[in-house]
Amino acid sequence: MSQYLFQQLINGLALGSLYALVAIGFSMIYGIVRLINFAHGDLVMIGAFSTLALVSAGVPWPVILIFVLAIGALAGMAIETIIFRPMRGASPVTGFIATLAVSIAIQNSALMILSGQPRNFLFPAFMRQRIEVSGVNASLTDLVIIVLTLLLIGGLFLVVYRTKLGTAMRATAENLMAARLMGVAVNRTILAAFAIGSALAAVSGLFWGGKFGQIDPLLGFVPGLKAFVACVIGGVGSIGGAMLGGYILGLAEVLFVGLLPQEFSGYRDTFVFLLLIVILLVKPSGLFARNTEERA
Amino acid sequence: MKARELNEARAITPHATPMKGFVAAAAVVVIACLAIFVASKGLSNYTVTLLALLFINAALAVSLTLTNGLTGLFSLGHPAFMTIGAYVAAILTFSARRKGSMLPDLPDWLASTEWSMLPALLVAGLAGGLVALAIGGAVLRLKGHYLAVATLGLIIVVQGLATNWDGITRGGSGISGLPRYVDIWWAFGFLVLVVAVTWRIKFSSLGRAMMAVRENELAAKCSGINAARLKILAFVIGAIMAAMAGALLAHLISVVTPKTYSVLLAFNIVVMVVIGGSGSIMGALLAATVITIVSESLRPVEESVGLYGLSQVIVALCLILVLYLKPSGLFGSGEPVVIRKLFSGRQEP
Repeated sequence: MSQYLFQQLINGLALGSLYALVAIGFSMIYGIVRLINFAHGDLVMIGAFSTLALVSAGVPWPVILIFVLAIGALAGMAIETIIFRPMRGASPVTGFIATLAVSIAIQNSALMILSGQPRNFLFPAFMRQRIEVSGVNASLTDLVIIVLTLLLIGGLFLVVYRTKLGTAMRATAENLMAARLMGVAVNRTILAAFAIGSALAAVSGLFWGGKFGQIDPLLGFVPGLKAFVACVIGGVGSIGGAMLGGYILGLAEVLFVGLLPQEFSGYRDTFVFLLLIVILLVKPSGLFARNTEERA
Repeated sequence: MKARELNEARAITPHATPMKGFVAAAAVVVIACLAIFVASKGLSNYTVTLLALLFINAALAVSLTLTNGLTGLFSLGHPAFMTIGAYVAAILTFSARRKGSMLPDLPDWLASTEWSMLPALLVAGLAGGLVALAIGGAVLRLKGHYLAVATLGLIIVVQGLATNWDGITRGGSGISGLPRYVDIWWAFGFLVLVVAVTWRIKFSSLGRAMMAVRENELAAKCSGINAARLKILAFVIGAIMAAMAGALLAHLISVVTPKTYSVLLAFNIVVMVVIGGSGSIMGALLAATVITIVSESLRPVEESVGLYGLSQVIVALCLILVLYLKPSGLFGSGEPVVIRKLFSGRQEP
């Protein structure tokens, strides 16, 4: 039993890593521009399909990882420049609708170009083997996802807390006007936040494909929504909160499926969104939030 | 409140002569009836069904005007209520002979009944309203995009229930072979009902209270408006209309599945409301008409070129364009002057 539990734990951590990567970008962007970026989930899809294209072009995996980061960053910067910059200062709902429109446009363009047919997505054979340590059986993919995610998040924390750019980002998130008055190049900082957040989402798309083995143009929708749930759990706008929220959500989801009888497993998403509604009602500022912005 | 709306409210309410407005509305309905009669004789079945679809879409957009436009609750939950309404009505009208084998978990009294459309429609609306009442008390404490995502979550919760509650909903394959009760007259009647109710609410003290809550909740509360109750009221009325629309649509296309009413639908209705101008009934009608016609006429193009999703991309880009150029939509929150003159019977001051 404890071995089964441990196995589920690894599974949940891997899923949580995916959610955390998406949620962090979501939260960074929200923290700075105070807009929910609905198109964020679609960067997961873009990342997954870029990986597929690069694999079929024969690019080696470590290079693919770097390329996917770059593609995600570029896509995020494009979304910032085209949609968010003109909408700056608009009401939150207007911005929300605009990003929803971007998301629908991206999804349907992908449907047009790639067709709705799901594609197979395979990591190289050595990644797909399962390893066994004292009765606990885990796939190497899950372990790689967990480790790489931790490395990426570590790098992110270094950038945010140890560099000038990170300081500028935190200042802008704290108070955009004040930061501008202190000489922070606000637009450039926001662009950087979008680039970093989107790059992480794109990488999570690479992992997503590897973990689930199949990708389609609409795959970004659910991770996008769940990233929002993860943010709400951790407190929207805080990077650490989003990370923890992602892990909590991933674990909760896997344990929900793993520990309850089989017939409940279809209610997985239902459970996640009931959780969202409950948290929004009971503790709307999230479990780890500092700021107490009005949301309820 | 914007000056124009204030004028509008002032211009209409105190001295309105309801008779003239009523006569004008009746005249429009009669003319439309004649046009529909001619159309249903002259046009192909496909086109007539499209017209019915257009009417139901317009009704949905107008009903969303009430919650999202007038009261300023940014809800995306319409498809959730449509799904509830559609399933409730479908279970009631489904042929009793086939219920036993297809929906085995129904209680006996449900399994043996077979209702006609009107009572099923009313019960569907009631069910949607009750669910909205139960959820609204909790969810409506949220604001702005938190409310939007919570209601989006509601869609997924309802879809999850519809997919997994096999014995009652037949799971992912949905209930097909519903009696095709709904024709263009049902759709038109429903549209007239929704527009009339929304219009009456908008140009009443209730509607003005709703706008007051939208503009400044605190100020509204200070003026003695029970904001919480008003929000729930708007949410519930919108949900009742959505549930009825869902039921009608299911009996127009004679099938309902968990995915029939999706997030994409929520987006499309919201687009209609935003492009028309949130709070403008005529704007919603106009936008719903244009968008339905554009996306339906692009469908054959999509199929012949093989570019599925083209119409959605175009709709989304149109929305972004409108948000760029005219964020308040075509008519803002008001109604065009001509329409107001015609239906409220009051000259401009």
